[in-house]
Amino acid sequence: MKKLTLATTSLAGCFGCHMSFLDIDEKILELVQLYDFRASPIDDFKKLTEPCDVGLVEGGCCNTHNVHVLREFRKHCRILVSVGQCAITGGLPAMRNGIPMAELFTESYLKGPTCDSQIIPHDEDIPAILDRIYPCHEVVKVDAFLPGCPPHPEIIWETLSAIARGKPLTAIPYEHFKFD
Amino acid sequence: MSRKITIEPVTRVEGHGKVTIRIDDDNRVTDTRLHIVEFRGFERFVQGRPLWEVVVLVQRLCGICPVSHHLCAAKAMDVVSGVRSDQLTPTAEKMRRLMHYGQMFQSHVLHFFHLASPDLLFGMDSDPAQRNIVGVLGAYPELARKAVLMRKFGQEVIRVTAGKKIHGTGALPGGINKHLSAEERDALLVGTFEFNADRMVEWAQEGLELFKAHQKAHKDLIDGFAAFPSNYLSLVRKDGALDLYHGGLRAVDEFGQKIFDHVDYEEYASYIAEETRSWTYMKFPFIRSLGREKGWYRVGPLARLNTCDFIPSPLAQAEFEIYKAYTMGRPNGMSMHMHWARLIEALHAAEVIRDLLKDPDLLSGELMTTGVRRGEGVGVIEAPRGTLFHHYQVDEHDLVTMCNLIVSTTSNNEAMNRAVHWVADHVISGHEDVTEGMLNQVEVAIRAYDPCLSCATHALGQMPLRLRVENTKGELLREFVRDSSTRPA
Repeated sequence: MKKLTLATTSLAGCFGCHMSFLDIDEKILELVQLYDFRASPIDDFKKLTEPCDVGLVEGGCCNTHNVHVLREFRKHCRILVSVGQCAITGGLPAMRNGIPMAELFTESYLKGPTCDSQIIPHDEDIPAILDRIYPCHEVVKVDAFLPGCPPHPEIIWETLSAIARGKPLTAIPYEHFKFD
Repeated sequence: MSRKITIEPVTRVEGHGKVTIRIDDDNRVTDTRLHIVEFRGFERFVQGRPLWEVVVLVQRLCGICPVSHHLCAAKAMDVVSGVRSDQLTPTAEKMRRLMHYGQMFQSHVLHFFHLASPDLLFGMDSDPAQRNIVGVLGAYPELARKAVLMRKFGQEVIRVTAGKKIHGTGALPGGINKHLSAEERDALLVGTFEFNADRMVEWAQEGLELFKAHQKAHKDLIDGFAAFPSNYLSLVRKDGALDLYHGGLRAVDEFGQKIFDHVDYEEYASYIAEETRSWTYMKFPFIRSLGREKGWYRVGPLARLNTCDFIPSPLAQAEFEIYKAYTMGRPNGMSMHMHWARLIEALHAAEVIRDLLKDPDLLSGELMTTGVRRGEGVGVIEAPRGTLFHHYQVDEHDLVTMCNLIVSTTSNNEAMNRAVHWVADHVISGHEDVTEGMLNQVEVAIRAYDPCLSCATHALGQMPLRLRVENTKGELLREFVRDSSTRPA
């Protein structure tokens, strides 16, 4: 069996989905038999520069940088998988949708009991914030969705192992959904 | 020609970061910055949410140390519910401690073995393709397998106490949700040959020996790399012991002199303030009495071992004595010794977990306490990366009206920027060719702080702004005004 290539990226998420990915524990020894790793926050390949079989994306898009990263990632991935609620719906950060930007900023930088500046960050080296959180499939085409906050490691493992073995992706059993 | 080098993304850290290094015509470094580029916005959007929901919700600040945010919010909401931390039932206090030390263990193991060890095992300028946990699996399979099982053990401790490995529901304002079952306890305490509390203590010692041997063999590099003095802050127990769950605030200066001691953390805002700078969304906290210039401080393993008087578990205490003797009892300012301190803490966590698992209070006893409700509460805890502050005000309908968070990595902001500058100055400055290995050294310095940039970017927002683009001499090249928000084009 030919090894496939696997890449992961994180947008506006909390890294919980990457942690759940690592929670496959000993199966990581099997995973390295099925996949060669490409760009990921847990290795030193900074970005994808050549075609990759499977890409996992965690987090939604909250700034222009996320959109850029996601589009570049999509370009190189044969199969793109949205992992977790943030990638699929915007998740918890989407609670900011509908709150005026000025209010969010004032609260974080000007009003808190420990705030000691009247500056709101602005610089060419930090990206612009989007008007709301965008789920990944509103920005690029997504091929599969793994729900959960985060998805159960077993779901992540089953999916990666099915793809590597050329098996069809099946519906995820209801008891594996865990949103609390 | 003057130029700007960008390292993006910073890898093998948890979250999003970017470094810019400006270099003048003579290849000398003129400026370095660690930019935090991601934003979410918890301080505003938790407003209006019910207080009992907050302890579950704020965990999404971070998937690596969700337990710290969960328990820190729970401690703040305990106070709102009229329950001081010393009034929790023994069962509640011990279950929370077990959960927290489980997280400390898994996070420290993850950081050292999965993220940082490739730099030590293969060298900072080794092949990037090998510098990762898969590379470690190939070259050191036994070590990597132990690392995987150690992290799994910590995650299992969290699962049986919080209900779920990531974003659990174990703590409630005023107490906890469940007892530990005898089966859950035995699976961790007795377990299997390779998966039990004693084995974890043993393997934590092995990890520590690995670092100590490496430090001995590369003494100049490890000791000198990004070393500088600073102030240090952490919680300490009443008797001065290291305590990761509860205590008073202590800050010491570079000589070990106390700046303040046993401060009630409800008063934190009188002692700590935060400065904002334009080029990063992460704020810069400082000790008010020392001011912006001199008041910056470090938190985390290095800081905790610099502030505490002793470690209340025998094996870690013995290691602590060796560690302290190395700097003749003075505070240790060596950034790379953060790994040493972290591994001593991992050993301590393993010892505490083993002892707690034997405590019958976990299996039975009262779960909850109630008291006279208040409108405001502060919670502070020692998260893996350092002191974490949560502060809430709640209205008469139990809805949050104010939230202030100082996350651990934010407190290390100035230190990480200084570490970046140190490497740029000592390694990159003066060289025409900047190699991948040199740039990785910048990341090695940041990585030592185990930054959790996903936590640190809880702040959110972009106001309508005027943007100035300047050249390296500070002359204005372009200026434009941006609208309040942007849609993906």
